[in-house]
Amino acid sequence: MADKSKWLESTYKPSGERPVRFSTVSDLDMEPLYTGEDISIGHDEEIGNPGEYPYTRGVYGSMYRGKLWTMRQFAGFGLAEDTNARFQFLLKQGNNGLSTAFDMPTLMGYDADHERAQGEVGREGVAVSTVEDMAILFNKIPLDKVTTSMTVNCSASVLLAMYLVVAERNGIPWDKIGGTIQNDMLKEYIAQKEWITPPRPALRIVSDMIEFCARKAPRWHPVSISGYHIREAGSTAVQELAFTIADGICYVEAAIARGLGVDEFAPRLSFFWNLHNDLLEEIAKLRAGRRMWAKIMKERFGAKNPRSMMLRAHAQTAGASLTAQQPLNNIVRVAIQAMAGVLGGVQSLHTNSMDETLALPTEHAVMVALRTQQIIAEETGIANTIDPMGGSYAVEALTDRMERDAMAYITRIDEMGGMLKAVETGYPQREIAEAAFHYQRQLEQGIKTVVGVNKYTSPDEVPIPTLKIDSELEERQVQRVRKVKRERDSASVKEALGRVAAACRSGENLMEPICEAVRRMASVGEISDIFRAEFGVYKDPGWL
Amino acid sequence: MADKRLRILVAKPGLDGHDRGAKIIARALRDGGFEVIYTGLHQTPEMIAEAAVQEDADAVGLSILSGAHMTLFPEVLRILKERGAGDVAVFGGGIIPDDDAAKLKAMGVKQIFTPGASTEDIVTWVRDNVTPRT
Repeated sequence: MADKSKWLESTYKPSGERPVRFSTVSDLDMEPLYTGEDISIGHDEEIGNPGEYPYTRGVYGSMYRGKLWTMRQFAGFGLAEDTNARFQFLLKQGNNGLSTAFDMPTLMGYDADHERAQGEVGREGVAVSTVEDMAILFNKIPLDKVTTSMTVNCSASVLLAMYLVVAERNGIPWDKIGGTIQNDMLKEYIAQKEWITPPRPALRIVSDMIEFCARKAPRWHPVSISGYHIREAGSTAVQELAFTIADGICYVEAAIARGLGVDEFAPRLSFFWNLHNDLLEEIAKLRAGRRMWAKIMKERFGAKNPRSMMLRAHAQTAGASLTAQQPLNNIVRVAIQAMAGVLGGVQSLHTNSMDETLALPTEHAVMVALRTQQIIAEETGIANTIDPMGGSYAVEALTDRMERDAMAYITRIDEMGGMLKAVETGYPQREIAEAAFHYQRQLEQGIKTVVGVNKYTSPDEVPIPTLKIDSELEERQVQRVRKVKRERDSASVKEALGRVAAACRSGENLMEPICEAVRRMASVGEISDIFRAEFGVYKDPGWL
Repeated sequence: MADKRLRILVAKPGLDGHDRGAKIIARALRDGGFEVIYTGLHQTPEMIAEAAVQEDADAVGLSILSGAHMTLFPEVLRILKERGAGDVAVFGGGIIPDDDAAKLKAMGVKQIFTPGASTEDIVTWVRDNVTPRT
């Protein structure tokens, strides 16, 4: 075998290198060359084959040769009818799964007519206060044919109940609907920061939903364990991997503590990764994540069903990597990030639009983003063979390193008593803030480059058109919610809310009472108020 | 003039949880030699104005990435004035279109920083433009 250290001395060093720091975007040092010496003995079993344990090369036997990934563009703005129109547009353009963005009041458990909703209704996503809005949002969309993803967390139980009630109204049984609700509360305290209650009751609600879906809506994914927001908050790739898997461990432990068998619910757990700029690091992260989850589920939790060991993932290109400067460059970033996702073997993908650092995307920008996926799928050829980067010395060595470093974090979190405790003491929050600050310093010192921002800047920039949200829609939504509240049977709503409160206290699974409250037109805000009253309100400790 | 360290309140109004920028700015201002108080997330304009008065802040830096800046900035200005603290310098940052930034400055916001601004730009601006309240 070629001797790497000899080569470094005799051939590499005399050749010279550029005076830059050769490290990944997360600042992991990269060696000049990776060879067979960098890959551990016994590595063949670690890599394995696609569709076989430990799934390093992909969870399915034929991967994209069997079925391309789902092209799932995240969309939501304005009133329910605006987003419904965008959904219809996306389905017509070849998008084959829906993904719903809700506005901040909905995400935080406030109705549009609450004073805290002022100025935020329909701005970052679609406004949904009652099941009437949900019915408009999914009007004429076949809920038994299209799978829907809903990005919502602390009010997820209410939004899932609304979706179920809409399906029920359309005559579709709950065991026929498929989709995913994000519902990953641990990462909310860690990164995305949308919460109502403190972490412990939040974990209880998540567990209720896992249990409920396992029994009543078996095709539904009750939690999407998300690294995306952890990365957006400024973590490294290793931290994204470690904290996400550690969150997953915590949910599995909580569901087992409910008396569920691991194979009863684990096949319906799914993941959500970020796709950042560093191509090799991202591919390695996705491969390492699959291998880690497979080993943890088999060895730590004794899973027997192979589906419990398969880490199936959605991925989205990194919003935080996009620049307001020279926004057309973002198309290129998104294309490369999306390639990382495909080379890394994800099951579903959202590509960001070029204008998303400025505003919600225009229809034109969304179309370019979707076309990017179609070009990758049908022009580049990278979907012709499974895990084409497998066996690359660099990618395999980086995959091993990601797993090793992430497992070290997980061991540390286990020693703290698990992720719930770690979150309560602010450990992952502080680690991420530190990494974000380190990266910002590297940008300002020119150690890391962002084209158009700290290098290759242009004085004359041509602005691109952006989507404007009509400010009058807020008033329309407020009136709509008030009308529903005026016209419903208020005694019946009050009684249903009382049952939700009683379930909060008794420990009974919350989902049936919430579904009943939603059927009687109780709102997101009213049910969230019950959580506030029964479980208390979480306040940001403001850790720096 | 007494050599008093400037006190800066870094605040996150509104419902969005994007605190990466606010935390980086808070830390950079602290490293830049200022006294920094960080409110944490999900503050109402009332809570922010109250904190500014209680903490005797010389300036308030608002970070808004939710699109609600045209509602939240003017509210903070209004309540500060109402409480006799209209001389507290209010600045801010976030995803704020140029047209809106111009309107906010006309209302009395001292400076708006948009994506790509360096922490050094912000520290320097505070040093040059914020004076201790008398």
